[in-house]
Amino acid sequence: MTDTYLQALLGGMLLGLGASLLMLANGKIAGISGITHQALRSLTSSPSGWRWCFLVGLIVAPLLVAPFGLTLPDAIPGSMWVLAAGGLLVGIGTRVGSGCTSGHGICGIGRLSKRSIVATLTFMATAIATVTVTRHLL
Amino acid sequence: MKQLLTALIAGLLFGAGLTISMMVDPERVLDFLDIFGDWDPTLAFVMGGGLAVYLPIFHFVVKPRKTTVFGESCDLPSATKVDSKLLGGSVLFGLGWGLSGICPGPALSNLSGGLTGIFVFVATMILGMLIAGRLTR
Repeated sequence: MTDTYLQALLGGMLLGLGASLLMLANGKIAGISGITHQALRSLTSSPSGWRWCFLVGLIVAPLLVAPFGLTLPDAIPGSMWVLAAGGLLVGIGTRVGSGCTSGHGICGIGRLSKRSIVATLTFMATAIATVTVTRHLL
Repeated sequence: MKQLLTALIAGLLFGAGLTISMMVDPERVLDFLDIFGDWDPTLAFVMGGGLAVYLPIFHFVVKPRKTTVFGESCDLPSATKVDSKLLGGSVLFGLGWGLSGICPGPALSNLSGGLTGIFVFVATMILGMLIAGRLTR
């Protein structure tokens, strides 16, 4: 196994640990899209402090690992129009489909939820088809 | 109070995991999704690593106890039926993920990098969530 694969595996285990902690201590599914949406809605309705704490951790974490040479990308590919369209589709799709890569892909499959397994296969297949079209057919 | 702290630590672990695993790099995500081109399988190990930890902890610890370490009940999804909402939403999400190489976790973790593109993505993602929240309520 190459160092890159090992690094991806260790990073994956670390985020699995974070998701496990959120379930063991807070009893909550670590679904980023759901946590983000509920946190935003809490601005106008019921408070959800734990969600904001989780999101703060998620956002500042890269600053803590940066001194070890583990950095964020220095460029985001794609035009502003593509990023805006992508963001809008991700926002709508994750709410209508009740989850994203974390909630369905890690937590849902981890629970062996049929809905999450179907959702993950669906968004993976659609994403693969999209990349195939944009990179090879357009 | 202690649950605010555990949520913060969980977020830090999750964000550190996303950064270390290179899941925060949209170019690498697109290379991973490009299975008919010059495929880069690296990110399959991220999901593998995440499941290697979460799946056994859920089945051997969470499922038998059904409560948190603080004795409160776990908030688990109750829906079991695969419906058109789940499928349609997942297709839209896959389309957006395939176009940009960015999903919600990495989008937020990338904010501290300060690149303009990520602010555009997060702003429109939030707009999309609020629109969908209104429509499906």
